[in-house]
Amino acid sequence: MAKRIGIEVSLAVAEAVKLADTDVIAAYPITPQTHIVEHLSELVADGSLDAAYIPVESEHSAMSSCLGSSAAGARTFTATSSQGLALMNEMIYIAPVLRTPIVLAIANRALSAPINIWNDHSDIMSVRDAGWICLFAENGQESLDLTLISFRVAEDPKVSLPVSLNLDGFTLSHFIEPIEIPDKETVDKFLPPFVPCFKLDIKAPMSLGLLGGPEYYTESRKATDDALLASKTVIKKAFAEFNDVFGRQYNVVESYQAKDAETIVLAMGSISETAMTAVDELRAQGKKVGIVRLRLWRPLPIEEIVEAVGHAKNLAVIDRHLVLGAPYGPVGLEMMSVFYSASQKPNISNFVLGLGGRDVTRDDFKYIFDRAAAQQGQTRYEIVGVLE
Amino acid sequence: MRAADVPFEKVTAKNFPKGPDSLAPGHRACQGCGEVLALRLLLKALGTEFIAVSATGCMEVCTGPFPQSAWRMPWVHIAFENAAAVASGVEQAVHVLRRKGRGHQQRIPVVAIAGDGGTADIGLQALSGALERQHVDFVYVCLDNEAYMNTGIQRSSATPFGANTTTSPVGVKSKGQYTWKKNMPAIAAAHGIPYVATATPANYLDLMNKIRRAVAIEGPAYMHVYAPCPTGWRMKAELAVESAKLAVSTRIFPLYEVLDGHYAIRKVDKPTPIADYFKIQGRFRHLNAEDIEAITKKVNSEYDRIVSLSETFPV
Repeated sequence: MAKRIGIEVSLAVAEAVKLADTDVIAAYPITPQTHIVEHLSELVADGSLDAAYIPVESEHSAMSSCLGSSAAGARTFTATSSQGLALMNEMIYIAPVLRTPIVLAIANRALSAPINIWNDHSDIMSVRDAGWICLFAENGQESLDLTLISFRVAEDPKVSLPVSLNLDGFTLSHFIEPIEIPDKETVDKFLPPFVPCFKLDIKAPMSLGLLGGPEYYTESRKATDDALLASKTVIKKAFAEFNDVFGRQYNVVESYQAKDAETIVLAMGSISETAMTAVDELRAQGKKVGIVRLRLWRPLPIEEIVEAVGHAKNLAVIDRHLVLGAPYGPVGLEMMSVFYSASQKPNISNFVLGLGGRDVTRDDFKYIFDRAAAQQGQTRYEIVGVLE
Repeated sequence: MRAADVPFEKVTAKNFPKGPDSLAPGHRACQGCGEVLALRLLLKALGTEFIAVSATGCMEVCTGPFPQSAWRMPWVHIAFENAAAVASGVEQAVHVLRRKGRGHQQRIPVVAIAGDGGTADIGLQALSGALERQHVDFVYVCLDNEAYMNTGIQRSSATPFGANTTTSPVGVKSKGQYTWKKNMPAIAAAHGIPYVATATPANYLDLMNKIRRAVAIEGPAYMHVYAPCPTGWRMKAELAVESAKLAVSTRIFPLYEVLDGHYAIRKVDKPTPIADYFKIQGRFRHLNAEDIEAITKKVNSEYDRIVSLSETFPV
């Protein structure tokens, strides 16, 4: 029987990794991800999870070991944050093309410098082009559920790609929330055992990671992109089947009060809960505002985004990462490219906020709703709340 | 069981493994390559019932241009500095899958193969981590051609003192490499692993038996294999084997094993003059008698250290 308990979100993610019968975990400690792998170490140590825990000497080796483990046919998990993801960077780009279905939980944290352990999205945005499926969780239940869904999607033979599950460091990872922990039998109904499409097998030898010269490099990158784009269908199907089994429906794009909204804020991660409160207050004042949240960031769910926000007069896109030297943040830029050729498009503006753990309040969102409705033709991102 | 007592099937001239080789015939390496010779001998001794992990480098490039592969066992290459970490993941996956009834029941050695740059420089951290973690079915082979040959003969920390490379060039203010070769076997042995060995392709039965012993022993094993590089050493293509013989007979590359911390060395009582080894290689052409004397002193001191260890801690 599923039971609803108060549990720290990091621990709930680890519990999901256990429920998934994960075979290998290779990880290195970094704040604020550590509680996930600490709990996994405990689960392995007390025998409740039959897995190999490889206490590697760096994040680079964590992802390298995960690549080896996944290639050898084991269900593989790791977790990291910020500098750890940056150190993994080289391996992050290799995993998708080698089609290794690793699941990586990222407790999102700002990149140095200055060194800062708090939350924003600069870590994941630095590897957004690598070919991983990127999911963003909003709350604790979703973090646990998306962990299970991540394995299911990653290992689907039609996908066979790594998945990063992003949860905001501290503001989500370290909160204790009431979370329903499913029972193993129900999880087994949703998540079948990992049957790899290929593996390093002495009885059926294959070579993995061969040199791709100018004759093949383009094609191998294209094949990976094709698989990534095609994964959206599998993700949506997994969401539907998750609902069938667990009764919780997820969508690649979520909307809140957006259907008739004139101004929509588009955000990712846990701050959308704050944004919803702001929407409630503004709605009470009669303002037509709404929120759209991307649960799926890669592959970018273009059709669903257009459907969710295309009707709005104004679209305020939130970025939790500052792209130095560029006119807009990564999410802002992509929304502009999505609507560039649309005949009917919202007036798009881009707001950067919540960097390095800076609090994001309801008032910030109220400011953004007003500002987005008031201004036309923004030519550069605006940082909300920067001290000049 | 003591590492020295672990049984393994010895290779002799009589039972030398017959083909087909586990590395496909022919090769894309340079003419006379000593490294690909060492690799072929290693794989001949290993057969195909193991998993190979290659670091980026000459051997990876010359054996695996898609859609071709020379490897007849499961093989994976991920990047340059992480063969030890990749092999760690493979090894643990094999163990856990066997335990959970989803793998083969037999022991499957995982053999990581890297060059000197991928081992002594950029890969040292991953290697140290893997050796420290005491992986049971983990063997790491460093094929040491004493520079970054794949990128065009740049110095590494395994390049010997005085060698002329493209980044330790000889000039009016330089005698080439100004540092002494990093002592990788000693570093590996310092991790307290059950087996460390040095080998050369010239001493081929010795090399093949050492890799057989390395995979037979439970626990990480490290093999440091001398891999003469005619192209990078500015040497005639037919001299790879000769240069390896000279490296041993001059004491430049002592052949020894460390079994559970106990040393066994193949002694060289009457060493060949180091000048004989140097004169066939263009990379040392600029060295004078004084330089060679200083190098000889250093070489003998390391040789004596190992002999002394073999007397204090015999196998």
